[in-house]
Amino acid sequence: MKKTGAEIFCESLRHEGVKTVFGLPGGVVLKIFDVLCQQKDIQFILTRHEQGAAHMAEGYAKATGKAGVALVTSGPGMTNIVTGLADAYMDSVPLVAFTGQVSTDLIGNDAFQEADNVGISRPCTKHNVLVKDVNDLAQTIKEAFYIATSGRPGPVLVDIPKDVSIAKADFKYPDKVSLRGYNPTIGGNKYQIKQAAEEIMRAKKPIIYVGGGAIFSDAADELRELAEITQIPVTMTLMGLGSFPGSHPLSLGMLGMHGAYWTNMAMHHCDLLIAVGARFDDRVTGKLSEFCPEARVVHIDIDPTSIKKTFHAHIPIVGDVKTVLREMNVILRSMDGNPAEMKALKAPWMKQIDDWKKAHPLSYKQDDKVVKPQFVVEKLYELTKHEAIVATDVGQHQMFAAQYFKGNRPRTWLTSGGLGTMGFGFPAAIGAQVAFPDRLVLCITSEGSFQMNLQELVVAAEHKLPVKIVLLNNGVHGMVRQWQDLFYEGRYSASLLGKLPDFVKLADAYGILGLRAEKPGEVESVLKEGLKHKGPVLMDIHTDPFENCYPMIPAGGAQHEMMLEDPPELKLARKGGPHKRKVDEGEGVLPA
Amino acid sequence: MEHIISVLVENKFGVLARVAGLFSARGYNIESLSVAPTLDPTTSMITIVTVGDDRIIEQIMKQLNKVVEVLKVVDLTETHFLDRETALIKVHTKPEHRDEAIRIADIFRAKIVDSSSTTYTVEITGDVDKVEALINLLKPLGIKELIRTGRIAISRETTRTASPRREPALLKS
Ligand SMILES: Cc1ncc(C[n+]2csc(CCOP(=O)(O)OP(=O)(O)O)c2C)c(N)n1
Repeated sequence: MKKTGAEIFCESLRHEGVKTVFGLPGGVVLKIFDVLCQQKDIQFILTRHEQGAAHMAEGYAKATGKAGVALVTSGPGMTNIVTGLADAYMDSVPLVAFTGQVSTDLIGNDAFQEADNVGISRPCTKHNVLVKDVNDLAQTIKEAFYIATSGRPGPVLVDIPKDVSIAKADFKYPDKVSLRGYNPTIGGNKYQIKQAAEEIMRAKKPIIYVGGGAIFSDAADELRELAEITQIPVTMTLMGLGSFPGSHPLSLGMLGMHGAYWTNMAMHHCDLLIAVGARFDDRVTGKLSEFCPEARVVHIDIDPTSIKKTFHAHIPIVGDVKTVLREMNVILRSMDGNPAEMKALKAPWMKQIDDWKKAHPLSYKQDDKVVKPQFVVEKLYELTKHEAIVATDVGQHQMFAAQYFKGNRPRTWLTSGGLGTMGFGFPAAIGAQVAFPDRLVLCITSEGSFQMNLQELVVAAEHKLPVKIVLLNNGVHGMVRQWQDLFYEGRYSASLLGKLPDFVKLADAYGILGLRAEKPGEVESVLKEGLKHKGPVLMDIHTDPFENCYPMIPAGGAQHEMMLEDPPELKLARKGGPHKRKVDEGEGVLPA
Repeated sequence: MEHIISVLVENKFGVLARVAGLFSARGYNIESLSVAPTLDPTTSMITIVTVGDDRIIEQIMKQLNKVVEVLKVVDLTETHFLDRETALIKVHTKPEHRDEAIRIADIFRAKIVDSSSTTYTVEITGDVDKVEALINLLKPLGIKELIRTGRIAISRETTRTASPRREPALLKS
């Protein structure tokens, strides 16, 4: 029996095991929405803005590892998801976005709500397709899910014209895809893996540097095994957090611009760098010419373009991280040497790292009048017993969360890394909560970012999604203000958010619980009450507007040249002195 | 350094835009570009002439390979190859220059493919040096219009000893 395009769409989603679709309707997708609302086993979450839908789908995907699905209309519906697509592209999030398109006979005529969806999304999708014939629809959807979730994952956009959703075709869901030009390399080159293993056995000051790739490839077990048999310390990028337990004795936490002192020092002095599913992003490397100057480099990544893009690799291994690590562990086990010997070999190195750690631990000065944002995150970490899915927005709060909420499990840390998208956190938290209704989902955000997608509060209320929003409300675009203090003589251009809404009333208006803490003494009780509450909560916690995030490698600075606290000029300025410090961002670097 | 890259792609909607977009988005150069179907009507060959150091060329090759509809990428500069370009050159020809134009064309074995009382259109096919040398010689006469195809290239067979007559037999086996 023939089916309409809209029916084929729904059947195809079912075959792909899709349980939830996020989106918002419009003229050209009405036929699809009409059929979709009759499917009992596919939940549709109506967002209040398409950007929210894209980030929810991302949050869902990051938390589950399955593709997130968004469905929006043509024109403005599509343009509203562009940020989500770009975000997913940067952070390798499997996302399948379906957009409506005007009927094929109108395409190119500037029809009502027409946009060149495929053209606009081309640079920010892994792949995209305009479906011109209903007979191609099922195959295209099959391929879209395959491409989005395989290899280095990423967003795929499928553009469906209105007439294609109405036209009929025979339906048979393909059981295989074969794409002539797409065949990700899974197993790494055996010779290279062996070479790498030999270097690993010999190295005296090695370090494992892990990125998001380890999470997408589900390689946490293999990674842990590698670290434990070789006794090599592990540092993670912002995207890699959770791939290795933050509380493990071999964990060095996050590296890079706001990474810990000992971590960046260890990177700078290592003799072997084992990069695992990471891409040597500039926020990690700082000044490339001075990055890991003494290191031999092993680079494992499924995406060949990530290898040797910005930094050299002596032993490049293209392949799936899990598969490669598994094979490497087998080789390492078969070689002479056991954990005890390995530990002895690395003892001086670990001692050195420990000394760095003791010299400059992560720290902040507690205050009895203003709430320090780090304190809130530490308290949260303690009260939740480290068990939560944490979504963040972008800014200082994101870095404080990365430093102080030491996640232990993969897929529990949802943040926008590559694109740095303010407005990502709250919808991403909703997406994760939809996937895991019974787990604790925190959204650590700040008033600047939160205001970018707060319209989705109503989604949390409507679906009773108990997301716990912890708003580190410092009244400023904190991260921008920090740079202005450090590099622009404290001229706060457009970083002070003068007028703010009353967030407790706002929560109330949306029908969710709002709580407020203004003093350090109130923080714990507010957090406790919020965490205990059954439904969604917005905790408005007023934090220090002038707290800065350290360590910090100024943009363009070298890895070992970190600022560890406010420079003297800034301290003086805080006390009412002149704000004299003038350093061009990226050029002036204070010695650590 | 200059590289000639052959990119075999699926003959599908938007593929050229993806390939060209990749160059512009990442700041790579395109010196010339030509596209046409191959023997297999489902594929096309894109020939791109680009410049870059080794690191950039390696990235270009990898980035091209990553495009879903790209089937094969070859940097011909790494092999023995033949490259050709065709140009159509419309030259002004005052009466006293008409013989000169023909003479120049002859030297290059170029053809006059169209003529009017005031112009000749010269067709030349050859490697870039040859095409450019001809253009330079015709310039003083006054070039009214010039159109070039961009370069195409093909690898040379490494074993060129087999006699042409035996090829059909080889093909069959
Ligand atoms: C969509 C978007 N616009 C602008 C920026 C630039 N930016 C980076 S951090 C930041 C300030 C963030 O302020 P807030 O969300 O209040 O967080 P805080 O730094 O105060 O913790 C801005 C504007 C961005 N990252 N994303």
